[in-house]
Amino acid sequence: MSTTTATHHDDHAHDSHGHPTGLMRWVKSTNHKDIGTMYLWFSFTMFLFAGALAMLIRLELFQPGLQFVQPETFNQLTTLHGLIMIFGAIMPAFVGFANWQVPLMIGAPDMAFPRLNNMSFWLLIPAAILLLSSFFVPGGAAAGGWTMYPPLSVQGGMSVDMSVFALHILGVSSIVGSINIITTIFNMRAPGMTLMKMPMFVWTWLITAYLLIAAMPVLAGALTMLITDRHFGTHFFNAAGGGDPVLFQHVFWFFGHPEVYIMILPAFGILSTIIPTFARKPLFGYASMVYATAAIAVLSFVVWAHHMFTTGMPVAGQLFFMYSTMLISVPTGVKVFNWLATMWKGSMTFETPMLFAVAVVFLFTIGGFSGLVCAILPVDIQLQDTYYVVAHFHYVLFSGAAMSIMGGVYYWIPKWTGHMYDETLGKWHFWLTTIAFNVTFFPMHFTGLAGMPRRVPDYSQQFAEFNMISSLGAFALGLSQLLFLYVVIKCIRGGAKATNQVWEGAHGLEWTVASPAPFHTFETPPLVK
Amino acid sequence: MNKKAIYFLGMVLSMVAGSAQAAYALNLHAPVTEIARQIYDLHMLIVYICLGIFVVVFSIMFYSLYKHRKSVGHQAAKFHEHHVLEIVWTIIPALILLAIAFPATKTIFAMKDTTAADMSVKVTGHQWKWEYEYLDKDVKFISNLSTTEDQINNRAEKGENYLLEVDNPMVVPVGKKVRLVLTAEDVIHSWSVPSFGVKQDAIPGFIKETWFRADKPGTYRGQCSELCGKNHGFMPIVVEAVTEDKYNEWIASKQEAAKTANAGADKVWTKEDLIANGKTVYEKNCAVCHQASGAGLPPAFPALTGSKIANAPIFGADGKYLKDGHLDRVLNGVRVMPSWKALLNDVEIASVITYERNALGNSVGDVLQPAQVKSAR
Ligand code: HEM
Ligand SMILES: [Cu+2]
Ligand SMILES: [Cu+2]
Repeated sequence: MSTTTATHHDDHAHDSHGHPTGLMRWVKSTNHKDIGTMYLWFSFTMFLFAGALAMLIRLELFQPGLQFVQPETFNQLTTLHGLIMIFGAIMPAFVGFANWQVPLMIGAPDMAFPRLNNMSFWLLIPAAILLLSSFFVPGGAAAGGWTMYPPLSVQGGMSVDMSVFALHILGVSSIVGSINIITTIFNMRAPGMTLMKMPMFVWTWLITAYLLIAAMPVLAGALTMLITDRHFGTHFFNAAGGGDPVLFQHVFWFFGHPEVYIMILPAFGILSTIIPTFARKPLFGYASMVYATAAIAVLSFVVWAHHMFTTGMPVAGQLFFMYSTMLISVPTGVKVFNWLATMWKGSMTFETPMLFAVAVVFLFTIGGFSGLVCAILPVDIQLQDTYYVVAHFHYVLFSGAAMSIMGGVYYWIPKWTGHMYDETLGKWHFWLTTIAFNVTFFPMHFTGLAGMPRRVPDYSQQFAEFNMISSLGAFALGLSQLLFLYVVIKCIRGGAKATNQVWEGAHGLEWTVASPAPFHTFETPPLVK
Repeated sequence: MNKKAIYFLGMVLSMVAGSAQAAYALNLHAPVTEIARQIYDLHMLIVYICLGIFVVVFSIMFYSLYKHRKSVGHQAAKFHEHHVLEIVWTIIPALILLAIAFPATKTIFAMKDTTAADMSVKVTGHQWKWEYEYLDKDVKFISNLSTTEDQINNRAEKGENYLLEVDNPMVVPVGKKVRLVLTAEDVIHSWSVPSFGVKQDAIPGFIKETWFRADKPGTYRGQCSELCGKNHGFMPIVVEAVTEDKYNEWIASKQEAAKTANAGADKVWTKEDLIANGKTVYEKNCAVCHQASGAGLPPAFPALTGSKIANAPIFGADGKYLKDGHLDRVLNGVRVMPSWKALLNDVEIASVITYERNALGNSVGDVLQPAQVKSAR
């Protein structure tokens, strides 16, 4: 391993003489900061696109009856909204953070495998093209839900193959990226930075990278079996040929549940960075945070069938998955308590990143509670495949993952651009997002309890008011993100000069380098005491 | 800015309050079975526990946000660990969970106990309708959405039970333990009636069981709860729970109706009668995919107007129906096209084929008689 590091140091010496400029700077980039930037822009583009699909969904659901899109199109919208948000927006955003921050936080000059890093990013592009262009092939985009359950997904057209292929590519990208991150963290920490001195964000990404390596091949397996069932006459999921459609669900969710933690652990890392900074107090219970994260990661592999409570598993299976799911909420709770204890008796200020962090703690907890409600099997029988589940996963994914990402952007963007963002506009963006988010998704708890199924283009009249409220909230939520785009662009263009320290209470190596962070940092490793 | 935010929040809250007043469903359906009642109580228990924890935890947080601010001059403390506290807040939630797990486990065992049922009904999910077969009663029928296309497309007033109404509801006696055995024909569907506390996936090639015992007469409604394609949102479930006498009457009338329908199979029908009958059958069963006009929704659902299959001969020279011919396709299906053999009787199949060949822009001119269908089966 140490040889790898050595050769790669040479690379850099080489690079810094004349690195490519213009378009080639980006295409050929092996620089972790440039690649991080590209990941973040990619993610934001996908976020806006998938958000636009959501606007169409909410437009159709504004009133009972069919107004704007036909049912088949509606299913395409929900399917691609889910796929693109998860694989195109949330996951790449976190990889963008990892690229920018992990080397800066551990005092490394770059990622361990810069060329692989370039490849992981550029693999995203063909995958995105496959997903987006699938709307234009005969039959339209995949319409079987992001979960792609057979036999329904076996009925779909060639867009299903395109989506599956896209996911294969994204899987390769994630695995390569994870290997890179793990190697970087294990081999390139500055002298003196022991594992238990690493910033919490680095810890959460280390564990996430292991989750990715373990989970993505499982997804690839499920999807490959799906493809061979579709085209090569196998019957993995076809009962008539001795297969079992529910097998797909088991394999899919064996990937799927760790996947949801892949999308939340780095968010936990961001929160654990922001809250101590603005509380001006060290993170409470660092060690227990590390253990809780590891516990969540391990447990996340033994809870998958809570997504399948209505398939009719035997009692023993149902009990096991109910108990294990309830158990996983204990370490999740520990994290929330730790954040509160970090705030307690601090000296808090509420700049935009802190506002986002506090809101995430509050709203994510609501999502955790609705998760607990869903974990109770008999109750979940009433809730599975209703809007209650839609409310649950948006509270954990939008107000958990996406809003942590926004908070993280506000937190680190002065370091990335060298300018402070516009604080007033940032606060506007925060309040608009938080209020619109709750207006959109809180009512879904009620429609779900009352039995409104998810993935339907039309609903009975008793749900009309709540759906109209949700739609209005959604339009506001969508528009508010354009403000985010504006704030980011404005910050890149100019603004008050950021100091190296940026935030009064910030600690860590990334704040010892200049703002904006120079193209090459830590070419000689810093010493950590 | 804050004023505006508060104003907006007030608006939203009053909107929500307004809809709550309109007797809006905010919670689970009123339970009418023992299981649904247990689920209801379990849910309330969890909600109150969560609310309690929520209020305590976030009162602490908001207190801290208010008191421990730099702007009021609060100095940051230095602590970053407290082992006792950390152990306490791990153990207490675990104990609370244990308290919830106990009643939940009991309910799970009760839900799973399908023994000692008074009657059994086989439920089959199809794209996009439910089929009910009363085992050892010789009663079998399809239950279709009865909301009209015009209502869905906003050309007609929507009724009270918009999207939750069917032509043939399932009927069960109150107080009897009804065992359901579920399966599906094509893709996974899920049979759900919230008032009964039942939701069970119907999985092609597998038989799954569940049960309910309704204790109050009434009409109970639910919807398919697993994405099953285009019309997933349009295949509701309606169950009427009636007294035992009424139930027996209903069974008898269903058996009678089946007899009359079969009687028609032996007579020779006129072309006009077949076409007229075929139109009804077509609109009920085929139009969802092939469209009322016959134009289909290519490429997923081919047009019947001008279609090769609908315009080619049905029978070969040997008198047997041709493979991949019109009758073969309707009887046996292919890929997404369902097999109608078990769903439609001889008269219905003969009528609908005759209709498709002589309407929808086709004019083959021939007639398919129910007797021919019968011998082709
Ligand atoms: C306290 C922790 C949590 C518990 C106990 C929990 C429990 C559950 C359960 C039981 C379901 C299945 C509901 C159903 O389909 O009927 C579910 C669905 C889901 N959860 Fe969670 N959850 C937790 C946290 C999270 C987190 C942190 C995330 C993501 C960041 C997440 C994302 C999701 C998603 C995406 C689904 C729905 C997937 C789908 O069907 O499309 N959950 N959760
Ligand atoms: Cu899960
Ligand atoms: Cu369905």
